[in-house]
Amino acid sequence: MNKDILICGVGGQGTVLASKIIAASASIAGYQIHSAETIGMAQRGGSVTSHVRIGDSVYSPLIPRGRADLLLAFEPAEAVRNLGYLQKGATAIVNTAAIRPVTESLAETGYDGSKMVRYLADKCTCIFVDADRVCAPFGSSRFFNIVILGIAAGSNRLGISEDILLEQIEKRVPAKYTGINKEAFNVGLEFGREEALTGQIM
Amino acid sequence: MKEYIMGNGAIALGALCSGVNLVSGYPGTPSSEIVETVYKYPHEGVYLEWSVNEKAALEVAAAAAYSGARALVTMKQVGLNVASDALMSLAYVGVKGGLVIVSADDPGPISSQTEQDTRRFADFCRIPVFDPSTPEEAFAMTGDAFECSEKYHTPVLLRPTTRICHAYVSIDVPDSFSPWKYEGFIKDSKRWVVFPGLSYMNHGMIEERNAGIAVDFSKYRFNHVEGTSPKAVVTSGVSYAYVKECLKDRQDIRIIRIATAFPFPREFILHAMSGVSEVLCIEELSPYLEEQILKTAGMHHLNITVHGKLDGSVPQNGEMSTELAAGILSGFLDIELSVELIDTGDAPQLPVRPPVLCAGCPHRASFYAVKKAMEGRKAIFCGDIGCYTLGNAMPLDMVDTCLCMGAGITMAQGFAHTSDDAVCFAFVGDSTFFASGMTGVVNAVYNEADMILCVLDNSTTAMTGHQPHPGTGKNMMGNIVDKVDIAKVLDGIGVKSIVTVDPLDLKASVTAIKEAVEQKGVKAIIFRSPCIAVSKPQAKCSIDPSKCVNCKKCIKETGCPAIIIAEGRVRTDENMCTGCGLCSHVCPVSAIGGGPNE
Repeated sequence: MNKDILICGVGGQGTVLASKIIAASASIAGYQIHSAETIGMAQRGGSVTSHVRIGDSVYSPLIPRGRADLLLAFEPAEAVRNLGYLQKGATAIVNTAAIRPVTESLAETGYDGSKMVRYLADKCTCIFVDADRVCAPFGSSRFFNIVILGIAAGSNRLGISEDILLEQIEKRVPAKYTGINKEAFNVGLEFGREEALTGQIM
Repeated sequence: MKEYIMGNGAIALGALCSGVNLVSGYPGTPSSEIVETVYKYPHEGVYLEWSVNEKAALEVAAAAAYSGARALVTMKQVGLNVASDALMSLAYVGVKGGLVIVSADDPGPISSQTEQDTRRFADFCRIPVFDPSTPEEAFAMTGDAFECSEKYHTPVLLRPTTRICHAYVSIDVPDSFSPWKYEGFIKDSKRWVVFPGLSYMNHGMIEERNAGIAVDFSKYRFNHVEGTSPKAVVTSGVSYAYVKECLKDRQDIRIIRIATAFPFPREFILHAMSGVSEVLCIEELSPYLEEQILKTAGMHHLNITVHGKLDGSVPQNGEMSTELAAGILSGFLDIELSVELIDTGDAPQLPVRPPVLCAGCPHRASFYAVKKAMEGRKAIFCGDIGCYTLGNAMPLDMVDTCLCMGAGITMAQGFAHTSDDAVCFAFVGDSTFFASGMTGVVNAVYNEADMILCVLDNSTTAMTGHQPHPGTGKNMMGNIVDKVDIAKVLDGIGVKSIVTVDPLDLKASVTAIKEAVEQKGVKAIIFRSPCIAVSKPQAKCSIDPSKCVNCKKCIKETGCPAIIIAEGRVRTDENMCTGCGLCSHVCPVSAIGGGPNE
């Protein structure tokens, strides 16, 4: 299997953990893995990306533009910002709930993500999910990083077994949040399965 | 065992596998995780420290290497500038045990002040440098660097770049490590005391030795050539990975990869370039290889054309990438390498996301207090290196200058001597204060500067990942140690006015600043409150919609990312708010409750 997965979002959303879980799971499934993270100043509320590269013929630690097989976008504008990495015809799983930067609150340009969502729907195959709504039962949208893994696995777009993923989730989240993260993963799985079943692009 | 580990971790494990006895460093992106990885793995018998700055780290390690021990020193590229005083002399004196200095370069730059090139530093100091293209190579080259250092009795540089440091790969590592056996320091003043006579003699010997290392490097396994085409691509570091990514289906194209920029492996390059008519150099930062190729062509009367940064074929600044390399290679080789992209030329305007101070960051409160206290007065705000550099952003706009570690303190003095009517402030973090701020305070006291020093003491080195420092009472040997007290240091230096306040107490902070402004000489205010990223949040703040008049003053004055506008109304984001309560002091109608006040 050769698969390039780009994860993007805003510093603090838990993209790095999602990347680590995918990488560790793919490695356990027997694949060669390379990944790269945004670390440093950009983590303070800036745009962040994780590049996960599965397969043997990988040289660059970063996915070249136009080559990603899957885009996991934790924020709609970040999805658009990184759309150039996605292969033509590939899928993006996108959180539609916008994160408005402080500069936005100051300038009030009216950014709410809706324009981004409409644009994305035109440009690629999208699975849209409202992180705030889907994470409401967990009391915080910070569990979205696990939900989106569930969606990717449930819609058969990850190519890694659910059991291996779940095992790595259990291993990598703080013990007192294991239950809630498992639940978040299952919610994602259901969401993804339904999408795969109906083939409905939301 | 197989470990999935980042490039920095690979360097740490490479050092442990080489039996490293001592590891020292100063945190700096992208190098910080090397020392931390050594700490995480079993390292019995290894002495480990976060030094007070890079110069101290190198000097500690140099003594270990004089004793025959193997030592690793880590820093970011600008840290090498700090360590350079020691390094230049050390290059002349040499070492006995292996000494490897990791200086991580940051093309882009992504988290740095400069796009300097450590390969040039190696050339300047006349010491060898290893330049890995992958984390796997960084692991292997760490061991090679130790051997090279011992064989030639010289400090050796290892130069990874951000993309290598922060890339993750699987690496096979042994289950346990055993430290190198060494004999200890043997006195020999003719060897270890740097005198002009010794430097004269060693200078000649070093140049002779370097010629020998260049011959050695010509056989080095990571200097290699692939393909036979008359057009050759010369590359190094992560650029080699990008070039390979572009040309993985073109085994015919000649790719010459140089892993040891200095001493330049001239014999190898002459052999690798035989039959070549045109060369393209793809490298980041400076055109170092390109200049070496040109020099070689001149020395050997080679009839080749050289393309790269110097003729404009490759950009002078910024990072290389696969797509940038693809474009350059397409033109040079006259082949099609680009892939069809989703057209994003018509994308809606994207919100910008500059990095900001965290919600609840005490630095925001400190800056806000100074801003309030100085309303209507002329003031100059000298910033420094750390999270608090972000105090420059709107709406705080409280950083007028930022140059290098510790510069704010001394620059505030320069402004004080050249501007009669401005109150001159220096903001410095606790770790930076210890790293290179203290001597600046001595300078201020001695030279009678009129300035206010604001130490933003959050009890950690926050920007680089919360490393301990002399003020935290913990060290990397896992020991609880006496805290070096910043107020006592300032008192010892002779600062007459030293006040410690909690920046989250806005009223007390503003009063302290106003009082300091009225005094002459050097005044210090220590704003002490722990970094919010590593402390327990207080009760959260909330905005009472029945009282809120939607004036947005809380957002416009503080720029806190936890205050948002939803459906036209201002509210706090409960996920982000830490209850620092700064906004409640700003609100003109007392609509914000919660936080430390309730």
